[in-house]
Amino acid sequence: MSVREGLLALLADRPRNGHQLKLEFESATGSVWPLNVGQVYTTLERLERDGLVARTNGDDAAQKHYELTAAGREELAAWWSMVPADEPPPRDELMLKVLFALAQGDERALDVITSHRTALLSLLQQRRREQRAEDPDPDLATDFVRDALVVRAEADLRWLDLCEARLTGRKGRIR
Amino acid sequence: MTSILEFDDVVKSYGSGQTEVRALRGVTLDVADSEFVAVMGPSGCGKSTLLHLAGALETPSAGSIRVGGRELAGMGAADRSELRRNDVGYVFQRLNLIPSLTAIENVMLPLELAGGSYRNARGMALDALAAVGLDVRLDRYPDDFSGGQQQRIAIARAIVGERRLLLADEPTGSLDTASGDEVIELLAALPREHGTAVVLVTHEPRFASWADRFVFLRDGRIVDETVATSGAAR
Repeated sequence: MSVREGLLALLADRPRNGHQLKLEFESATGSVWPLNVGQVYTTLERLERDGLVARTNGDDAAQKHYELTAAGREELAAWWSMVPADEPPPRDELMLKVLFALAQGDERALDVITSHRTALLSLLQQRRREQRAEDPDPDLATDFVRDALVVRAEADLRWLDLCEARLTGRKGRIR
Repeated sequence: MTSILEFDDVVKSYGSGQTEVRALRGVTLDVADSEFVAVMGPSGCGKSTLLHLAGALETPSAGSIRVGGRELAGMGAADRSELRRNDVGYVFQRLNLIPSLTAIENVMLPLELAGGSYRNARGMALDALAAVGLDVRLDRYPDDFSGGQQQRIAIARAIVGERRLLLADEPTGSLDTASGDEVIELLAALPREHGTAVVLVTHEPRFASWADRFVFLRDGRIVDETVATSGAAR
């Protein structure tokens, strides 16, 4: 997604000015995506140009307020219903690195898998410690972001485990 | 800091000749007092064998293993039993609680087997159960508790007395994620609050990430390990 979709989503219920949109964008994204007001207004001008938002009179006449147009609502509805897909083709850097290593031989692939798994697990450890140290009672958006980072790291680690299992095979092993 | 567990070039083989399977192929590993180490690796990499050897449940084919400075190789059956009763605790994926004994009786069992008095054993069991956050309904039977609570009872039994080393083999394997989180949080607190070293075997990164240090095994060898990091932020 881009800033564009985020602003359309924030404008769904009522008009807002650029400053309000900046603050609400940052809050909604768990503070992982800082914006400056200039970026917000540039995006709003493009949305206005494309007929997706229109200027309106807000409570404060000195500030430019924006609202969704019918076309903007359609665009937003399409965005909500579009399922994010990473295909074709998936071009995840970790995956590609392991594939290129595999092209150089099993041992090279195992080396890359091993070093990346250690690094990812250390990252997971670091994130968990930071979570506990930073804010014992975060808001829900921050929790969502933290959970997403942890779960994605776990998914990468699981994938590396699967690659390793395929490479080393399972015959004749004992627990 | 002293080492509670030392593996020096440990080899463990099963069978012989053409049917010989080498479960560990020269593992050297140190676990310090109050350290929490996670051992990871694919099925068949030797993780469980490593725990069995550390707990004197099996003997190595070659190499040296010391627990609390005591060499296991020359130890007789009686000394090994004594080590298992007094110094080393186990937690398994399967809870292994005795269903006909109450929660507190399960925890008291190793102390009573070691010849301790009922009164002393009960006091120490109460301490261990308090350490795992259980202080009510202790005269109920294991089936009256949830899976997570049963694992807490199993951990209490594993740490009762003055155990310096806790060996945990996939202790969250039979639990849902929330109960698993609680159990791992509890294990992570043991080094910090009670000085118990913990060696955790797991394939779950989310649980391993609580450890101070990770060790990765493959085909019976350590293929990677991290350095110890401060447990203060744990």
